[in-house]
This record gives sequence, structure tokens and C-alpha cells, in this order.
Amino acid sequence: MTDRIIKTLEFTGLNWFVPLIRLACGEDRAEQFKAVWRTSGIAIVTFLIFLAIWSLGASNINTSLGRVPGPAQVFREARGLIDEHWEERAKRAEFYKREKQRVAEKKMKSPGEDVRIRKYTGKPTYFDQIRTSLITVFTGFLIASLIAIPIGVLCGLNRIIMTALSPLIQIFKPVSPVAWLPIVTMIVSALYTTRGGLFEKSFIISAITVALCSLWPALINTALGVASIDKDYINVSRVLQLKFSTQVFKIVLPASMPYIFAGLRISLGVGWMVLIAAEMLAQNPGLGKFVWDEFQNGSSHSLARIMVAVFTIGVVGFFLDRIMVTLHKSVSFNHEPVSA
Amino acid sequence: MAFLELNNVSKAFGEGKNRVTVLRGINLAVQEGEFLVILGFSGSGKSTLISLIAGLFKPETGEILLDGRSIQGPGPDRGVVFQNYALLPWMTVYENVALAVNQIFPKWQHGERIEHIEKYIEMVHLTAARHKKPAELSGGMRQRVSVARALAMQPEILLLDEPLSALDALTRGTLQYEIEKIWEQDRRTVVMITNDIDEAILLADRIVPLEPGPDGARLGTAFEIALPRARDKKKFNSDPAYRHYRNEITRHFLELRSAERSGDAAEEFLLPDVNPVRVAV
Repeated sequence: MTDRIIKTLEFTGLNWFVPLIRLACGEDRAEQFKAVWRTSGIAIVTFLIFLAIWSLGASNINTSLGRVPGPAQVFREARGLIDEHWEERAKRAEFYKREKQRVAEKKMKSPGEDVRIRKYTGKPTYFDQIRTSLITVFTGFLIASLIAIPIGVLCGLNRIIMTALSPLIQIFKPVSPVAWLPIVTMIVSALYTTRGGLFEKSFIISAITVALCSLWPALINTALGVASIDKDYINVSRVLQLKFSTQVFKIVLPASMPYIFAGLRISLGVGWMVLIAAEMLAQNPGLGKFVWDEFQNGSSHSLARIMVAVFTIGVVGFFLDRIMVTLHKSVSFNHEPVSA
Repeated sequence: MAFLELNNVSKAFGEGKNRVTVLRGINLAVQEGEFLVILGFSGSGKSTLISLIAGLFKPETGEILLDGRSIQGPGPDRGVVFQNYALLPWMTVYENVALAVNQIFPKWQHGERIEHIEKYIEMVHLTAARHKKPAELSGGMRQRVSVARALAMQPEILLLDEPLSALDALTRGTLQYEIEKIWEQDRRTVVMITNDIDEAILLADRIVPLEPGPDGARLGTAFEIALPRARDKKKFNSDPAYRHYRNEITRHFLELRSAERSGDAAEEFLLPDVNPVRVAV
């Protein structure tokens, strides 16, 4: 059991929990304490030093929104946001309770009438915004993967396609999301004219912008992975005269999986970074919009709240990366090391 | 007409000044059911030759005929056992063999195919390990999977590209016997490449030396090995017939070496004319 937990932790790259688990199971204490110090102790000390410098530095800077908040204030603001979330949830629950009652009463009075439960229109809480951001980034990431992997495979397999597409890739790869956004906005606005469609327009714009920016690492890595498949595997496929589709699904894709997932990992990281900028400008109700709104709001809480958002973005980004590392490791058939 | 025929085949790599001819004017005829071994130094173009027969390379000049048909590309009628096994590491032993069988016998019933796959895995004694991945197997086991995969294709000719060169001496010895035993069962035509004289004598009906030359390697005069089957390596040292073959082949290769040496003697470095002085300590 312990071994299993430890293996899982090591596999997902959460190595610093391992000594704690060992300690909890009563393995050699002195040894494990040393290990805890080596893995997490040093990191915690560094973080504390960072907090100290921050707190000292912050109190000396005055902005138009008051003093730059220190760690304590940011922590308070974070708790405030969590409290707000629960308050809002309680309000919503109450609203729906009232609605149900109202509908039931109306039905009693006039059974034939069609009464519906009205939708709650309270403002999204901080956690709703994180959720929206996550949905948006994964949508964009999915679009990017669906485009990048097939094109990458074709590029890797065929030198002519690679040569043909390489100028486009080289030119569009370094373009910043902010530059894409107006174009995407105009095009989406022109094409997506149905009101009250399945998705919000701002959501589509953000997702497409994310896709456009996170496309490239996945595409380039896939192409590289496919192009550098062991020649022996290709020879096997040639001797067997495999069909193109069999060759792609049984040999090419599995052989280049480690590369593809290394690329997807970078893509998701880029996508998450791009998303914040895209949401700010496209006004998609996510973390980016939260930061922008707080910035425009300019209350004495704003700076601290933005810092809460910064930490949230960092932590979510970190977990997204862990997920990709785990996936990457699980498809690495040759057990080559995956950089943490 | 021979089963496999190479007529004036040559092959070069590179462009312009860097162009290197690897094989020149190769003529070879292999009879049906024959076990032919091509023996050569490392780097003499042995693997290129087998790749040409497999159809993985196209010859510069000349043509290769299998059963009268000209070889234009690779195909399942020529089963190849690659030097580095070339197993797909994300597939189990069973799946590696199944990939070949499903591709080549698509019209067979499902059960029939499973039986066929299991039969060849059994033939190389890997039934117990059939759900393991190549990374979990030893070098010898991996090479056996590779042999099983090639045999399960039921090719008209089996091409073995230094199949045992990456193995340790003991595993090598065991696998040599296994290859001979498997070959005895259905006497398929085999072309094998090796750099091991004993291995060649143990397995071959005929040994053809691949002789390096300044403008590409050529095939030398063949040695017919008239030893009775099944040959026992343990008896080799005391068997005069075997020793005769070994001496003859070894002498042949040594002569090749010295001919090569004397050929480029002029390029040898001049050593400084100094003698070591004995220093008392």
C-alpha cells in the first residue's frame, strides 16, 4: 500500500511528499527527517524568505490604490474571496428554493399554465471564474491538439509537406496572443451571429486565441517526433507493407507519443499563459477578466485581489503541468527521463 | 534457375565527392531450401546487402530476382530478422507477432490467426512471456521474438541480418542451435549474415565471403560446407572435417587482410627512429 502511494507520487512528480509518507509509516525517523529537509524544507525556507522580502518591500511603496499589499493582506483577501463564494452559493440555493415554491404555488392556482423556474443571475464567484478559465483553456487546447497532431504527423512523414508548411509555421509561431485577438474577434463576430447560441462569443474568441498560440509547440514536437522515429520501426512497417492508416496508428503515433506529449505539455503551459491575456481583452468571465475588472475597479482591495489571482494562476498552471508530466510519463515506452 | 538471384548488383551512398561505393558487381545465386551464410568483416557492407535483398534499398545497377520476379521494394515474401531486433517496444510479444500475422493473413478466421501466432511463439519458447513487453525481456528473448515474427509471416525466404551479434556468447550458442532446429523443420531458404566463422560453419550449406575492396566489397569464392546435420558444436574441436573448413576460411580472411595491408602500405605512418632506454629506478 505505502509502496503504491509512493510510486504514484513519484510518477506524478510530487516527490517531496514521499518522505512524509515514509515518516507516517514509521520508517527510520532520522533518515526521513533528513529527506523531508532535503526535499521540502529547503523549498519552504526559500518561500519564507520570499514572503519576508515581499512584505518588507511592499510596505514602502505607495500607489494610487494605497500601499502595495503584503502577504498578510493578500491572504486575508483570499479568505474574503472564499467567503464570498459561499455566501453567493447560499444566496443561489435560497433563490432556487423560493423559485420552486413560487412555481409550485402557481401550478396549484392554474394547472394549465406553463411556469418555469427562472435562472439565477447573481455574479460569478472567484471559483466560478477559475472554472470558466479552465474550461476555456481546455477547449482551446483541445482545438489546438486536434489541429496540431494530424498536421504534425503529416509533416513528420513527408518532407514535401514539411517544406511547404514550414514558412507558415515559422511566421505565425512567434505572434503574440494580443495580436491575434482583434482578428479573431472580428472574424468570430462576423461568422457567429446567432444570438444566445450554445457558447458565449467571448468564450469562443478566448478559446480560439488560446488554440492559435498553443498550436505551435505541439505541432513542431509532433513533426520532430514522427521524423525521428527509429528507422527499424519504419523498416518493419515497410516489410509488412502496412496500410497507411495501420502504419500511422500502430507504429508512427505510438513511437512518437513521448515527443507528442512533451509538445502538448508545453502547449498547455503556453495556452494557460495566453488565456489570461485573452480573457482580459475578450471579457470572457474567467481569471483574466477578474484581474482586469479589479484593475478597473480600483478599490483598496483591488491590488491584493489581483495578487490572489496571480497565485491562483500560478498554482493552477503548476497542476496542469503535473497532469501533463504524468501523461507524458505514462506514454513513454522507453522510460526515458521526463524533465520535471 | 536459382530461387534468389543477384545479377551484377552494386550500391553506393552519398553524393559527388563523398560518394562511396559499398558493394560492386555482386553476383549470387541461392537455391531453394538452401542455408546460405554471407561472412564478412564488420563494416564491409553486409547489412547493405541484406537490405538490398529485403528491398529496403534499391540497387544502383543490376537486379535482384526472387523466384524469377524482380524485387522492386520490401514485401512479406522476404521475412527479415533485423540486427537490433526491431521490435515495437509499446507492444507485447504476442502483439508484435500478431501485427505481422494480422497484416499478412487478413482473410483467416480470428481463431485460426490466434493459433498461428501462439504456435510460433511456442516454437521460440516464449509462451510464458507472451504478454511481456520487449523492455522486460533479455536480449536473447527479444531476438527470439524477432525470429518468431519473421517465421510467422511464412516468408518464401528468411533474411537474417547478424541476428546474434548483439548477444553474449552463451545465449548466442543456444540460439544458433535453435535456429538450426527451426530451419530443419521446414527447410525454408535462408540468407544469413554473420562475422562469426564458427556460427557460419555450424549453420551454413554454403559460405560466401564478402571481401572488402578499394572500390566496394565483392563476393568471394564460396565454401561448400558438406558436414552432416545436425551439427554439434561440441564435437567441432575434435572433428578434422570441421577443422579443415575453419582453417581454410580463416586463412582466406587473413590473406584478405594482409593483401589489404600491403595495398595501402605506402600510407603507413613513419615511426620516429628511437629506441626505448632502460631506466633504472
